[in-house]
Amino acid sequence: MTSIAELSRQILNKERSAVEVAQSYLEVAQQRDAQVHAFLHFLPEQALAQARAVDAKIAAGESVGALAGVPLGIKDNMCMTGILTTCASKILEHYRPPYTATAIRRLNEAGAVLIGKTNLDEFAMGSSTENSAYGPSRNPWDLGRVPGGSSGGSAAAVAARQVLGSLGSDTGGSIRQPAAFCGIVGLKPTYGLVSRYGLIAFASSLDQIGPFALTVEDSALLLQAVAGYDPLDSTSLKVEIPDYRKSLIPDLKGLRVGVVKEFLGEGTEPAVAAAFAKALEVLTELGATVKEVSCPRFAYGLSTYYIIATSEASANLARYDGVKYGLRAEHAESLAPMYSKTREQGFGPEVKRRIMLGTYALSSGYYDAYYLKAQKVRTLIKEDYLNAFQSVDVLIGPTTPTTAFAFGEKVDDPLSMYLSDICTIPLNLAGVAGISIPCGFDSKGLPIGLQIMANALEEPKMFRTAYAYEQATEWHKRVPDFS
Amino acid sequence: MIDRAQVQKVAFLARLELDEQEEERFTRQLQSILGYIEELQTLDTKGVAPTTRAIEVNNIARTDDLQPFENREGILDNAPARMEDFFRVPRIME
Repeated sequence: MTSIAELSRQILNKERSAVEVAQSYLEVAQQRDAQVHAFLHFLPEQALAQARAVDAKIAAGESVGALAGVPLGIKDNMCMTGILTTCASKILEHYRPPYTATAIRRLNEAGAVLIGKTNLDEFAMGSSTENSAYGPSRNPWDLGRVPGGSSGGSAAAVAARQVLGSLGSDTGGSIRQPAAFCGIVGLKPTYGLVSRYGLIAFASSLDQIGPFALTVEDSALLLQAVAGYDPLDSTSLKVEIPDYRKSLIPDLKGLRVGVVKEFLGEGTEPAVAAAFAKALEVLTELGATVKEVSCPRFAYGLSTYYIIATSEASANLARYDGVKYGLRAEHAESLAPMYSKTREQGFGPEVKRRIMLGTYALSSGYYDAYYLKAQKVRTLIKEDYLNAFQSVDVLIGPTTPTTAFAFGEKVDDPLSMYLSDICTIPLNLAGVAGISIPCGFDSKGLPIGLQIMANALEEPKMFRTAYAYEQATEWHKRVPDFS
Repeated sequence: MIDRAQVQKVAFLARLELDEQEEERFTRQLQSILGYIEELQTLDTKGVAPTTRAIEVNNIARTDDLQPFENREGILDNAPARMEDFFRVPRIME
């Protein structure tokens, strides 16, 4: 299996040229996208220019970055100067940002070749990509099912081997849930580890950029490239970034693992519960001690999240008013109707629903009962994590209670859609780190994800657990046959 | 519980011009979501401080140095209606 680590070594040793690799990935990616629709737009000119620059540097004997020539996809809510950045929304259909996100600038500096912008639920609001204004992406394991969301395009692109890795953003599970549905590795870092500068805001206290990859090692390489302090993001953490590869050791002797009881509720499918039980055996065989822990306030995570995230979204999305960029409704006789007509035409149903909910929660007379209450419960959820991490190194559970669902199954019932994120949401509220890795398949051949969570800035413990489990199992070697 | 009149008021606050069908649908859906969220009221949060950020980083300040943004044209080119170096908008006074 080609990995990022392997490919960058081949390019560095001049066994393959970056241009040849870019051309081959562009061709395969565009061809497979007829079925998967992981991408909103491809960037052949930029990608080939990046690849040529890498080859020129190698030919001249200059040093190149750790991702030299590696083809990647970028979720289309991250800005690149002069390149369409739509957030899968009609309101930004023609938006070409005047600046580049820090995470993308860092990938460029590491020599990565960005071959396209990937699909998402509009403004990253959703769990299936069905809320994209440009049509959903399809799950490479079963084209009749969703890839998950909101970063569904970034996940499907990696699962379909259209790219070797990608960036997504995770506000309530938008990296980990699609990684689980698509049978790949998806990581949400500690809040503040990766700069949000240039990530179009959904819920600023929860949003975090993170990578998708086929292996834990590749995921560590990608995080290494994008993590680090950025003065352009005031919530960016001023911390030393460790060498994550040093955490990739294949045994778990002395590691204390906590099983979150609340993540194995009644909604858990039997196949998911069975795969999880098997994963516990593997971790024990690797030398970990496993015990059950309780985080009783996680049960309130979904409610808390849907107040905080929508409140922040209602404020963040107030900027789409048809004045400085994006869509403007025609034939408005004056300013106020221009605002409301623009927003009515430009936003899809889920975005409107969340703006409505957030505006209501923040409105006079309801603030204390909803927003302030949710912020207090957020404190309690955070306490549950901190309590648990006093006696264990990492926490684990299934990433999602079910495997990928079919198109249309939940689209008319927002609440049932929200419930698919029940195991991933508490993590964002607490700002801690989490990764989803493949841990099995159900009887329909759909992937199952194992979520490993670590305390803030404890990514090395998370990587160690994920790597040791991955090396002891074969799940990550399965490839979908979707053609 | 939220009713149709409140949905209209919230839509006005959010500057969304909803049509009749949307009003009806959002009233129903928001009722269902708010009904679920009601569970929070059963949790005692007396004396609990609110969390506004996941990781505590407060009072971030920087020196007040001028940092000109290089791509001024890139900003103005995105304007739905540009007039020279201005953003044009429809009439403001009714």
